[in-house]
Amino acid sequence: MSSPSQNLVEIRSLSYRLGERIIFDNVSLDVQRGRITAIIGPSGTGKTTLLRMIGGQLKPDEGHVLIDGVDVCQISRERLFELRKDMGMLFQSSALFTDLTVFENVAFPLRVHTELPEDSLRDLVLMKLNAVGLRGARDLKPSQLSGGMARRVALARAIALDPKLIMYDEPFTGQDPIAMGVLLTLVRGLNEALNTTSLVVSHDIHETVSIADQIYVLSNGKVIGSGSPDMLRDHATPQVRQFMHGSPDGPVPFHYPADDYRFDLLGREL
Amino acid sequence: MRMRIVEISVGGFVLAGVLALLFLAVRVSGIDVQDSATYTLTARFSDVAGLKRRAKVSLAGVTIGRVVDIKVDAAYGEAVVYMELDVDAGELSTDTGAQVLTEGILGARYIGLLQGAEDDVLVDGGEIVDTQGALVLERIIGDLVTRLGS
Amino acid sequence: MLALQIIRLLGRRALERIEGLGRATIMWALALWGLPNRTDISLLFQQIYNLGVLSLVIIILSAFSIGAVLALQFYTQLVRFGAQEAVGVGLAMVLLRELGPVVTALLFAGRAGSAITAEIGLMKSTEQLSSMEMMGVDPLRRIVAPRLWAGIISLPLLTAIFNVVAIYGGAIVSIEWLGVDPGGFWSGMTDFVQLWNDIGKGMVKALVFAIIVTWIAVYQGYDTLPTAEGIGLATTRTVVHSSVMILAMDFVLTLTMYGDFN
Repeated sequence: MSSPSQNLVEIRSLSYRLGERIIFDNVSLDVQRGRITAIIGPSGTGKTTLLRMIGGQLKPDEGHVLIDGVDVCQISRERLFELRKDMGMLFQSSALFTDLTVFENVAFPLRVHTELPEDSLRDLVLMKLNAVGLRGARDLKPSQLSGGMARRVALARAIALDPKLIMYDEPFTGQDPIAMGVLLTLVRGLNEALNTTSLVVSHDIHETVSIADQIYVLSNGKVIGSGSPDMLRDHATPQVRQFMHGSPDGPVPFHYPADDYRFDLLGREL
Repeated sequence: MRMRIVEISVGGFVLAGVLALLFLAVRVSGIDVQDSATYTLTARFSDVAGLKRRAKVSLAGVTIGRVVDIKVDAAYGEAVVYMELDVDAGELSTDTGAQVLTEGILGARYIGLLQGAEDDVLVDGGEIVDTQGALVLERIIGDLVTRLGS
Repeated sequence: MLALQIIRLLGRRALERIEGLGRATIMWALALWGLPNRTDISLLFQQIYNLGVLSLVIIILSAFSIGAVLALQFYTQLVRFGAQEAVGVGLAMVLLRELGPVVTALLFAGRAGSAITAEIGLMKSTEQLSSMEMMGVDPLRRIVAPRLWAGIISLPLLTAIFNVVAIYGGAIVSIEWLGVDPGGFWSGMTDFVQLWNDIGKGMVKALVFAIIVTWIAVYQGYDTLPTAEGIGLATTRTVVHSSVMILAMDFVLTLTMYGDFN
């Protein structure tokens, strides 16, 4: 499909199980450089787990996660920490350090990884905060921020080191429409302005579809469809179509697997 | 500013802790900070009856030293007591007497010294010859019984 | 059938415990290995402040009342033999060898240990630890190591302060109030208390307890289930496990260090 150098992240035949549950079953996907790739699927399909594997926080049972051709699972702890400097991750809960101010939160990765003098560090932090529109909130504590603002601060922190790859874990969940709009613009805009690669994991289809270049639909541990947003809307697989259109029932059942309804209600002695 | 408060109080805390340790060492265990000069004498006793290391060595009721070691000399059936005495306390003559005594009726054992009359004095490593072992209650009673019986 | 199930359950529980101990040991070793470097000194200071300085009030108040109560009890018993001056020795011995290290460690577990667990647990449940890892910063070094070292530094110092305050509390009660002769009180102490045997070994105990409490507290926080209920449970477990371990280790240490009873 595409030459290897075009892909920043390559996942090859990845399998992972948690106890009895199969999270991933032979999953392969590519994240192309400079583009926004989205992974969508119902909640509980291990989308966050996938991000953790790319970040090397979890090891798959089988398969490979290659970043720039380097297998994340094979390298030492030191190399891994080195590699992570090139990754920014926006967590679902924002994960701001509650004991630090907004400014210090964004300054944190710069302070630990660079030897910048205090005044250039200050300029850099203010630039990042300005990019997310929160330069004026620099002295607030995370507890004083709204959910949307906290996520923007977390985004500023994620891009502090100008990473090659930005990963977004459910960036749109629990946001009001205005905050959502702001975030959408930011994700799209940052990808172009910083010339980075973005990987968005989400179950908010409409928002995700509106910004993604390439989409993978994940269900029951498998990739059931992939392609551009337009391709997926009229996909051959009914499951993909159901998810893309958000119908409540279809091949993905409305009901969690259970015993026969009548049997359950009337009791077992029947 | 906040960091300064933290640093100052941590400094104060560590200082207080170290001072507390110092206080315990000096005031409670009574180690001598100036570490006054001492010399060692030995004495042989027929019976020390539970004399312990660090027991007092006193002259005229004043503590002038401590027992540092007690060994047994099986060949002579005697106990050899090593004691450290303060140089400041003055010199002891060669015929100084040593006795194992008891503080109170049930108290700890200690060594009482009696200054002698000789002109020559004991030097470091010297030995007190005129010794008297501890009075052991059972032995006294035993003596008494045999005497009364005869 | 039931017996088989019980055996299987017990086996699984035992395995889980062993696995937990293994995880705790690895975490501890990795964290202590990451000795705080230059830039982390201020983190260590902050933790000594949180764990040591903020525990001072409770330590001093408890120490004073324990010293006073001990003096009263010793006095009422000893005065019958006319040996009330021995209050000083009794007080010092009991405090230096046993009560000082043990009570301080128990208070420390309740005050500082639970705080460590709750803090780290909350950091974990709000993904702060994960995000730190993703930023290429090892939370074992950044979060765990300063707390471990701060505890190991703070608890022995707190124990020394506890002992001094308690002895002073006892001295005030017995000398000012009960009329014990101060000369006898203090000299009795200096005559019998030995630097290594009484003070030194007491400090060894404090050091061991410090390692136990901080280790349990940090591990419980680090290994907690990332939910409100999980953090609550972990905090409780820190206090309970620490207290039991302190008392059990105290027995073992007393037996090994004072075991010859000469």
